[in-house]
This record gives sequence, structure tokens and C-alpha cells, in this order.
Amino acid sequence: MAHLHDDDIKKLEEKANAIRQSILEMLIAAGSGHTAGPLGMTDIFTAFYFHILKHDPKNPLWEERDRLVLSNGHICPVQYATLAHAGYFPIEELNTLRKFGSRLQGHPHRGKLPGIETSSGPLGSGLGQAVGMAIGFRMDKKKNQVYCFMGDGEQDCGIVWESMMMAGKLKLDNLTTIIDRNNIQIDGMTEDIMPLENLRAKYEAFNWHVLEIDGHNMETIVNAVEEARAIYEKPVMIIAHTIPGKGVPEIEFDYRWHGNPPGKGPTDLIPAVEQGKRMLAELRTLGGRIKSEHQ
Amino acid sequence: MPINPNQKLVENVLDLKTVEQAPTRKGFGEGLLEIGEKDPRVVGLCADLTESTQMYLFAKKFPDRFIEMGIGEQNMAVVASGLASVGKIPYITSYAMFSPGRNWEQIRTTICYNNVPVKIIGSHSGVSVGPDGATHQAIEDIAITRAIPNITVIAPCDMHEGKKAAIAAASIDGPVYIRYTREKTPILTTIDTPFEVGEAEVLFDSNLAARPLSSGPAAKSTIDIAIIGCGPLVHNALLAAGELEKEGIKVRVINNHTIKPMDEATIIQAAKDAGAIVTVEEHQVHGGMGSAIAEVLAKNYPVPIEFIGVQNRFGESGEPNELIEAFGMGVSHIKDAVKRVILRKK
Repeated sequence: MAHLHDDDIKKLEEKANAIRQSILEMLIAAGSGHTAGPLGMTDIFTAFYFHILKHDPKNPLWEERDRLVLSNGHICPVQYATLAHAGYFPIEELNTLRKFGSRLQGHPHRGKLPGIETSSGPLGSGLGQAVGMAIGFRMDKKKNQVYCFMGDGEQDCGIVWESMMMAGKLKLDNLTTIIDRNNIQIDGMTEDIMPLENLRAKYEAFNWHVLEIDGHNMETIVNAVEEARAIYEKPVMIIAHTIPGKGVPEIEFDYRWHGNPPGKGPTDLIPAVEQGKRMLAELRTLGGRIKSEHQ
Repeated sequence: MPINPNQKLVENVLDLKTVEQAPTRKGFGEGLLEIGEKDPRVVGLCADLTESTQMYLFAKKFPDRFIEMGIGEQNMAVVASGLASVGKIPYITSYAMFSPGRNWEQIRTTICYNNVPVKIIGSHSGVSVGPDGATHQAIEDIAITRAIPNITVIAPCDMHEGKKAAIAAASIDGPVYIRYTREKTPILTTIDTPFEVGEAEVLFDSNLAARPLSSGPAAKSTIDIAIIGCGPLVHNALLAAGELEKEGIKVRVINNHTIKPMDEATIIQAAKDAGAIVTVEEHQVHGGMGSAIAEVLAKNYPVPIEFIGVQNRFGESGEPNELIEAFGMGVSHIKDAVKRVILRKK
């Protein structure tokens, strides 16, 4: 992973903005799907596919590639859009999302679409698969890194803690997990539905090394992953604080946008296309103007 | 003799007093050890039941390829999926009640939908688990696995077949479920008995008593009934056949060890030759091997069928043989079912 310069940051932020546009467009075309999570994770996906990951879009099954396991499959629009922008398949194909015959299933299907490492959707199962991959690479003395992206809501699932315990036991230092800490799940705020805090202390108690970052700041994202690689003897959990729906003010912070596409959300008073167009217009152009809105 | 000589069964197969006995899971332990030696991609995972699933043989020989999961069957399924996706052939073991019982969704999504070569080994299936009682007696496992696309489902009849199935599973490029049992049961086959996944075997046929195999198939079948079984109860089917033949009823017994994909040709031929079928399995009659046969025959060649198995109830504590009798899966129950179904022929 090369050092990140200011012009690299600007390029990544512009790329993220283009990917957010694609996410909105594909969800509008699909008429169903999740909006808040994909927009919130766009900066992290962009940083990974355009800077961090060892991968080759023209050779998706390259043996040397790092593995990125998406555990919360419902945010797949951001993965699909990022893969398309990275060159895995044509960007136009994004508009087939959730349509009959499409490679872009409502939740990802391994083998159907290049770049997808596992089928996911039923929550909680990604971390254990990443653990299995990390064990396999360690057995074969291979250097591939394994990354797992999870949602915060799926920490409700018991299986997550089975996998967490095992990764801690085995000290899987080739495994780095990013948790999208956006504080929302379908029925409401995570702390109302099933309180997760103190999340950091919980992971640490399971023998993980924990980092906390602003999930919209390219520099901190990249630096955290670099730091994670320097941690031996422990798997690393990066708690990425993100804004659900990031980039579209109407959607930001509102859990009611968790599982709805533009046009079918809680403020739905106008037709989908109109609402979608408005949201596209509202999408803030970061354009490298600032490194992060939090600064 | 009506015993098919090509099957190379043990000579005293019909003599319950002298036939040797061993649990089918013993065959798994030996089979995994053998395939583990041949194929370095094979890895073993177990959820805190290393000895009773017979995984310990592999774990002792290949400690670097054995992964202790603790009591986490769901995690075991997904970790195995991850291992398979980076080139391993994982065998995951627990009691059938917990795997594929407890972790069914993880098996469906991360193993079968991904179509990766994880081998799911469920020991302690059936009521013959015995004293542990209903909580530990898996009698729904065939139904829940065979409903999933991409998976192969096998129920070996004895220790030798259990070993062959464990070895054969490694060369199947996809998920496999193999159903093993806890209790000692008759060893009816030998190491020379043919075993191919997806090929049912005729073990017993009354036609053979009158005609040597070398004279070719009979021009017109003279059997009255075909008994199709899987798992250790195939031996009860053979004992029933031996007794029925003495009563003048001509019987064919088929060992249908592979429930999915089903050997449809052999099953349909049996229905044509006999005109009636009895299915035998230590499983709920709903959704099991018998149901799978009914699906094949309803579509291709409908005949009356009687289903020997657990009749829509939970298991309970008891001695294995006592439970087999109490749940209506003994030799006398098979004979009664044969007589009932023959009367239903048109």
C-alpha cells in the first residue's frame, strides 16, 4: 500500500462521489433495496478498492489477491457500484440490480458476479468465513490479507461472537475487520433495539486489537489499515464511525432509510424518480474540497 | 441363494447371532484418516465431540490440519465455507442434531449456495442413539439437507460403507452430507462390496435363487415386493426378506445409500418389477428417503408404498434395539408392511 498524498485523497473522494451517484441511480432503477448503509460505507469501499486491496479486476480469481468478505450483504449496492467503477464489469450493468436474470442479485451470490467472495445476506456469517480463509492462508503460509466488513446491527447475532472468540483464540493477525458503526438497524437505533456498547471493551475482552476511526476520512481509513497490518498476535477490529445515508441530507442519520430505496422512504410524497433526482442533486460534492466533513 | 453374489456381502449376513457389529461412525473415522493421508487439502473440524464422532484419529495424525471449534456448530459451518473457498476440503463433524440441525441456514447459504466442497458429517442420527433421548436423536436431518440444491446426501448401511462414503466425498466437487450412527450395527458388506455415490445396489432378489446371475436378467420379473432401505436398517430389511421368502413371498432388497441424487432408474425398475414398495429408514417418514422415493415414483411409475420410519413423533430414551422395535422399525414391522402393501396392489 503506497503512502497517501493530498492529490490521492482528492482522487479517492471524487471516486467516492461518483460511486454514491451510481448507488442512488441503481436503487432508483431497482425500486427496492437498502440506501443508508451503502451511502455510509462508500468512502471505506472506495479506499479499499482504489488504494488498499491487492486485487486485479481483470483477473478476479487471482490467487495472490486479498480477500474482502462482505458480511452484511444487504449493503451490496455499494460493493456492486465500487466493483463496476474498479473495472470488474460494465457500469451500465448496475441498472440491472435486483432484476430477473441479473448478476446483481438483491443480496450477493458468489460465482455469479466477478469480485464477490461469498454469498451473504443472512447476517452474522461473514466473520466466520473470513476466519476460515485466514486459517487456510496461515496453514499454507500464504501472505494474502483477509478483510471482513460487518454492520453494527449484526452484532446482535450470536454467531458473530462465536467467530470473534475463535479469531481471538487463534490470534489471526492476517485478519482485519471493519465494523460499520452507523448506529441504525431496521427497527431503530442500535442502542434502543439491543444495546451494543461498550463495543470496544467487548472486542478487547475477546482478545482483539481495536482501532476507532472516522469512516469518512480517507486518510484515517488508510492509516488504520496500515496500523492494523503492523499489529501481530491479534486480529484487528476497526470500528468505523459512519453517517448512515452519508451525502444525502434527507437520508443522513435516519434509520427509516435503512431498508428503503429513494422514492419509497419515510418522506415519500412525490414519485420515486422525482425524489431520486432531488437526492442526486443534493448529493454533496466533496471534490477534494475538504478531507473530511468532521474536521 | 437370493443374496446377490456381485455384492460380496458377508457370508453370514442373515444370521443375526454371528454377524459382526460395529458403528457406522467408526467407518468415518477410518475413512477420514485414509483420505487425509492421500489428500493434503483435507482438513477436519469438530465441535467439542472429537472422540464420539471418531474425528480423533485424524486429529491425532494431523494436528496441524485439525481445528477444534468448541461448541459452535454455526461458526463451524461458516469457517469451513471460508476454508473451502481458499482451496481446502473441510470435513465438519458433530452430532447430526447440531450439524446439520442447529446450523442449517449457515449450511444452506455459505456452503450450498456458495457451492463449496464442505463435507458435513452428522453422527448420532436416528433414535438408536438410545439413552440420550429425543434432544440428541436426529430424525429430520435427511429432510432438511435434501431440500437444499447442490448437496449430495448419503446414509451408509454399515461401517465399511461408511468408510467408503467418507473417502468418496472428497472427490465430489461440492457439498456432501453423510449421516452416521452411534450404535453398533451389523456389518453386512465387505471391503469388496461395490460402492458408487448415486448408485443403489440390489442386495437380495428372489429371482437369483432360481436363476444364476450369469444367465442374464429374467425375461419377466417374478418378485412380489421391493424393500428399499438406507442406513443400518438395511440389515433389518434383509432379515425380513429372508423370512418372507420362506413364506413364499418373492422379495428384492435395495440398499439406497445415496438419497440425493437418487438412482431413479433402479427405483423405477423395482416399482415396475414388484408393483409395490416398502421403504425403510430410521428417520421421520415425512421428508426422508421414503418421501424421496415417493416423489420419483409418483412422477414416473406410481405404485402403492408403505413407509417404515418414525411416524411423526419425537424420540425418547431407551436401549437402541428396544427403540427400533417401539418405533415400528423392526423386522416384524417390515414384514407386516410388505403384506399390507401387497394387498393394496391393483
